[in-house]
Amino acid sequence: MAIFNRNIVTKTVATLGALLVSASMLAGAAQAGETLDKIKSRGQIKVGVGTLPGFFSPDSNGKWQGFFIDFGRALAITVFNDPDKVEFTSSSPQQRLPALQAGEFDVLLSGVTQTITRSFKLGFHFGPIIFYDGQGLLVAKSLGVTKGSELDGATIGVQSGTTGELNIADFFRKNDKKFTPVVIEDTKEFVSALETGRVDALTQDASDLALKRAQFAKPDEFLLLPERLSKEPLAPAIRAGDDQWLEIVNWTVYATIQAEEFGITKENVDSFLTSEDPAIKRFLGVDPSLGEAIGLDPKFAYNIIKNLGNYGEIFERNIGKSTPVGFERGYNQPWTQGGLLYSPPFR
Amino acid sequence: MTMALSESIRRSPERNRLTGSARWALWRRGLFGSPVNLAITLGFVAFVLFVVAPFLRWALIDATWSGTAKDCAERSGACWAFIAEKSRFILFGLYPNDRDWQAAIAVALVGSLVVATGMPRFWNRRLVLVWIVVLGAALAVMSGALTRQLVPTDKWGGFPLTVLLSVIGFAGAFPLGIALALARRSKMRLLRWMAVAFIEVMRGVPLIAVLYVSTLIFPLMLPAGAAIDKLARAQIAIILFVAAYMAEIVRAGLQSLPAGQYEASRSLGLSWATTMRLVVLPQALRAVIPAFVNLGIGLFLDTTLVIVIGLFDFLNTARVAATDVNWNGFYSEAYTFAALIYFSLSYAASRYSLWLESRLRVGHANREGTRHRTRSA
Repeated sequence: MAIFNRNIVTKTVATLGALLVSASMLAGAAQAGETLDKIKSRGQIKVGVGTLPGFFSPDSNGKWQGFFIDFGRALAITVFNDPDKVEFTSSSPQQRLPALQAGEFDVLLSGVTQTITRSFKLGFHFGPIIFYDGQGLLVAKSLGVTKGSELDGATIGVQSGTTGELNIADFFRKNDKKFTPVVIEDTKEFVSALETGRVDALTQDASDLALKRAQFAKPDEFLLLPERLSKEPLAPAIRAGDDQWLEIVNWTVYATIQAEEFGITKENVDSFLTSEDPAIKRFLGVDPSLGEAIGLDPKFAYNIIKNLGNYGEIFERNIGKSTPVGFERGYNQPWTQGGLLYSPPFR
Repeated sequence: MTMALSESIRRSPERNRLTGSARWALWRRGLFGSPVNLAITLGFVAFVLFVVAPFLRWALIDATWSGTAKDCAERSGACWAFIAEKSRFILFGLYPNDRDWQAAIAVALVGSLVVATGMPRFWNRRLVLVWIVVLGAALAVMSGALTRQLVPTDKWGGFPLTVLLSVIGFAGAFPLGIALALARRSKMRLLRWMAVAFIEVMRGVPLIAVLYVSTLIFPLMLPAGAAIDKLARAQIAIILFVAAYMAEIVRAGLQSLPAGQYEASRSLGLSWATTMRLVVLPQALRAVIPAFVNLGIGLFLDTTLVIVIGLFDFLNTARVAATDVNWNGFYSEAYTFAALIYFSLSYAASRYSLWLESRLRVGHANREGTRHRTRSA
């Protein structure tokens, strides 16, 4: 007896989502200061996340762990100086944007790609980009290539129903090289195609490829090439209109990036407290004038680093080389080291 | 009737007198006697060879029973070590793990309540009171009243959440469903229309839409500052949704009663309320118990839809367990485990329903009539 019809699930969710977003746009965007007031009276920050190994996932004891999770904890430290005053809720990709609009979350740290449509049509603000993702290429090390441009005449597996096929064609045309696409629908088959040698390379979002590699029997024998064939900048998203909350999100993320640029880590942060550098004194709140001016705990950056470490430590701990995900830093390192992470000055 | 007939043939003494070759002939006729039989036989053999055998090989022969994800990666079979490592998370989800026993007690309370209710000897008016008390106690234990350390509902998850959502959903829908069914048959036009409108609207939308409205749209309508817990909202949505189906089942039970029952009690001078309470409802509800069990099984399985509003029910915790970076991607094991649990419970419920049907039939064989037509197969 099929009482509860599931066939129309996606359609309904999409329709309701659209309805809801337009309804809340009519109701007016968030007011400045409103979000922080709500958070403070509630006693915790509500964060919408997804479920993906290394990025956000509860461990065996039910405690949330992951790259994006740590940024949620950093926010809780900025506001409450307590990494646990935050509630993570996993939400499906169809649901997360309407849920943010409805006030279900204060911030989405679910790996939302920042786009112009989302900024204007859906009325979201985006914080700083915390993860530069994009379409990548995964190859067997035995192939002996280290760059995508060295692939000539390769057979490349693409999952059907994605924009990956167009991007890869563009990439090879630009490099004036030839390739043979193999379109594969099934995810398991897609993964095994590379392991069994049916294709020379797989192409998909780099984070997905890294997670798939982690499921291989011998992950060490495969290499994620450094090129990115598309732009998928993942940033925290908040409701438009609350500038104060946006700034808190911004500077919380910047603090982790700036700390790495300064070379301040979880281990050595206390030794920097005696630093004579005025920039570091301001940053760590030894000189409290900055914190007073912006209305935050002047030591918020210190507290974040002491608890969670700088951006690089958060990255390495959750998805870096030493973890099963084994993600290379790539664009996700400070501008001083050739990456794209750049924090405006703390002054 | 037909079942009883074939049963008597199977047990007849003639069958025992068949010689070996004759018995084989009987088998052969059954297996290969006609093109249809042959096709069924071949289809079944193919199913065993290509589906059952590889599954057993995966699940038993090549499986890894203990160790780490690395040990599992070296073997091709199922990784039951993953289930062993994650069983706590799959069962209890985000619930604070030093207080899992609270959730276990809540499940035990609700489980015993359901089992006890299944026994006809407990069917009396006191049962309503018992339900209220036991469900209240289960909720109190689950929310941490015993230890005076509250566990917020967003931490509730896994099997206890599935059990609570479905059992409370059913219990809450029961009185509401009866009220709606009576309202729908009422002579008061406004009341009848309202009941019809509610039932038809609820039956005309999918559960997922009701859940979605309860989570995302309903809070927008509340006055500023007012907030209702998300789990409570989802629970109310489930109750309202199930009540509509319940009402239709009860209505079927009411309609199956011969008009003479109403007329007789009226001629005895009984009021409407007394008629319903003592004459109509006991018979009508009894007639539709199998349909209730069916609805209950459906509800138990469909509570998994709360996944769309971010609640960690049993199926969702099983899925999410496979997103741990150290145990990445063991979805097949997670889903197999969840399916096994869902199947065992649903199967037990359906066997119970069969047992109950035969028992009720024995007790009321003399009144076997139209109302048993409502029983679902």
